[in-house]
Amino acid sequence: MQSLVIVAHGSHLNPDSSAPTHDHADTIRSIGAFDEVRTGFWKEEPSLREVLRTVEGDEIYVVPLFISEGYFTEQVIPRELRLDGWDVSQWDSDGLSADHTVITAEDIDRTVHYCGPVGTHEAMTDVLVRRAESVTGDSDVGDGFGFAVVGHGTERNENSAKAIEYHADRIRQMDRFEEVQALYMDEEPEVDDVTDFFETEDIVVVPLFIADGFHTQEDIPEDMGLTDDYTKGYDIPAHVDGHRIWYAGAVGTEGLMADVILERAADAGASIGDALEIVREQTRSAEPAMGD
Amino acid sequence: MSVTLDSIEPNQFDAFLSTLSSEDVIAFDDLYVRYEAKTDTYEFETNEITASRLSESELHEQARQASDYLTNWWFWSEVVGDEVPHLFAFLRFLEDGDEHPVVDRYAALADGMTKAWGQLQITTTLAQDGARQYEIRHVDDHDSSASTLDAYSDPLSARDIGTFDGKGRYRPLRTAPSLPTGWVFTELSARDAYETVDTFYPATIANWYREHQGTLDIDHWRDTAERQTGIYGIIDELAYDAVEHVAATCCTDSQCLKRREWQYDEETPLHAEGGDGIFPCREPCSLVVAAARKWTTLEREETETYTFELTPSEKEQIEDIIHAVADDETDDIREADVYEGANRYRARFLREKRMDEHGHLIEADAGHGHSDHSGHSDHEQDTHEE
Repeated sequence: MQSLVIVAHGSHLNPDSSAPTHDHADTIRSIGAFDEVRTGFWKEEPSLREVLRTVEGDEIYVVPLFISEGYFTEQVIPRELRLDGWDVSQWDSDGLSADHTVITAEDIDRTVHYCGPVGTHEAMTDVLVRRAESVTGDSDVGDGFGFAVVGHGTERNENSAKAIEYHADRIRQMDRFEEVQALYMDEEPEVDDVTDFFETEDIVVVPLFIADGFHTQEDIPEDMGLTDDYTKGYDIPAHVDGHRIWYAGAVGTEGLMADVILERAADAGASIGDALEIVREQTRSAEPAMGD
Repeated sequence: MSVTLDSIEPNQFDAFLSTLSSEDVIAFDDLYVRYEAKTDTYEFETNEITASRLSESELHEQARQASDYLTNWWFWSEVVGDEVPHLFAFLRFLEDGDEHPVVDRYAALADGMTKAWGQLQITTTLAQDGARQYEIRHVDDHDSSASTLDAYSDPLSARDIGTFDGKGRYRPLRTAPSLPTGWVFTELSARDAYETVDTFYPATIANWYREHQGTLDIDHWRDTAERQTGIYGIIDELAYDAVEHVAATCCTDSQCLKRREWQYDEETPLHAEGGDGIFPCREPCSLVVAAARKWTTLEREETETYTFELTPSEKEQIEDIIHAVADDETDDIREADVYEGANRYRARFLREKRMDEHGHLIEADAGHGHSDHSGHSDHEQDTHEE
């Protein structure tokens, strides 16, 4: 029996934090790729401490719904899941290349496949692009458009910026958008000055965040000048300094994220049949995302 | 009401025979059946019947007459199975399966057997084939007709129902006693009943089962505090008395329906009430850890002496306000009920009279003492959750 366990941050304050985790879990459940799909949270329930004891399978794939390698994937999750003898060297990662390791979870005395975070998987690039398609309502968006990938910056985690650069590079290599730029909230180049970095009139801005919250709904829209007051919402596109900004909100809310979760589990050996094709098709939506 | 289901389905008897052919013996609840290969006959025993040397057709007739026993075996062995021990044990608990003989249980199930699990009321009944069906609703809706409640059948719907309380406020703690009312899950299968309960109250069944098995792993306060890193690494500074306050604040039944089993450490119990809930709490939860971080920083402050002048009624009013907030009663105080100390007009009057334009209490002798008249700490606001 094959089980998928999606682990995520969650929040004591904001119910939207865990919503993408549940949505993607539901998507994967609906296509039956796993006998069982469970979710576990740092801040919600079931907690990371107790989620594994609710899991019934003997092939267990744990996929962290986090953007980058770092404190949570390397310390908090292994400790709370009680992964016996965990050492970050097991991932043999350069900060972007953690894929998976097999390790015993003491709580249930069964081995689990502990996967790298979704945010650094190459399939995440496709989700960023899909997000651009969703927010513009145009499945061919690219011509005449600039693309900004927005991250936190290195202040708290140097790998966070690595992930942003990685995906920005990959989008650039697609040669689909006129210009591609990595921008940050707390360091140069800053998202506040987004219009300085693009020649194109249209700019799609996609934050590489798992869930919408304080940063993606309040800080970034105000910093970019989409609105003076986030509580009033903003237009999509919003007109700023002669540019049209298509602000997409957190990439993690995009339905295609379920694909990356599946990719992580498949890379670790899960047998998922044609689930990837189904998810890619099922999560395609012509409806533009709503901004407020 | 007749308690005996007077028939058994062909697939039930087939499963019965198939098990006997592979295992020779079925011994479950009050049913004992043995196949003797040498004579190709069966021995059949219940609380009421003992028969031996039965041919297969005689066995079938015997099984039909004792259909309660047979369908009971079929449900537990073939429908539920014992692959997930805590699921099996939980469903047994719902009908006191280990306490009452089959016949009595079937009589009770005909009318429905009801158990409480936190704020859930779970009722088990029998379907025609002896399978169980489950209904789950809020305990406060026990008198409501199901037709007046919003009906659900997908266990995952419990996730959304449990996300907000009756006033629309986010519930960060799934086991807080603030589950909204007005919904019902009907005709649930055994598996869906389990999943629904586990969605409302995650991992409570697994922990309850471990406790019954004597294998519940308890992480006491010290274990939990010392495990923390990052911004929570400081909580092991909290003194024993402060941990008592934390437990009394967060872990009583008015705040959480889990029964606190963790103590200060293995040797040092906490005296705060831990609650009477049916499912245990095996370690300080993330909410307690996050709140403890705030209290750790607050407990670092030294006390100072302030002098404020208040009338006896004003002092009492401040106490009323603290109680109203602590007991979540502010919304219950009517707008014009100026007899309540925590009434909005009463609080506004007190603020007008006793606080300055910055919103700080005016000290009686402002010439003495503190350079910072606010009496407020200058600690940075903690808004991040890490």
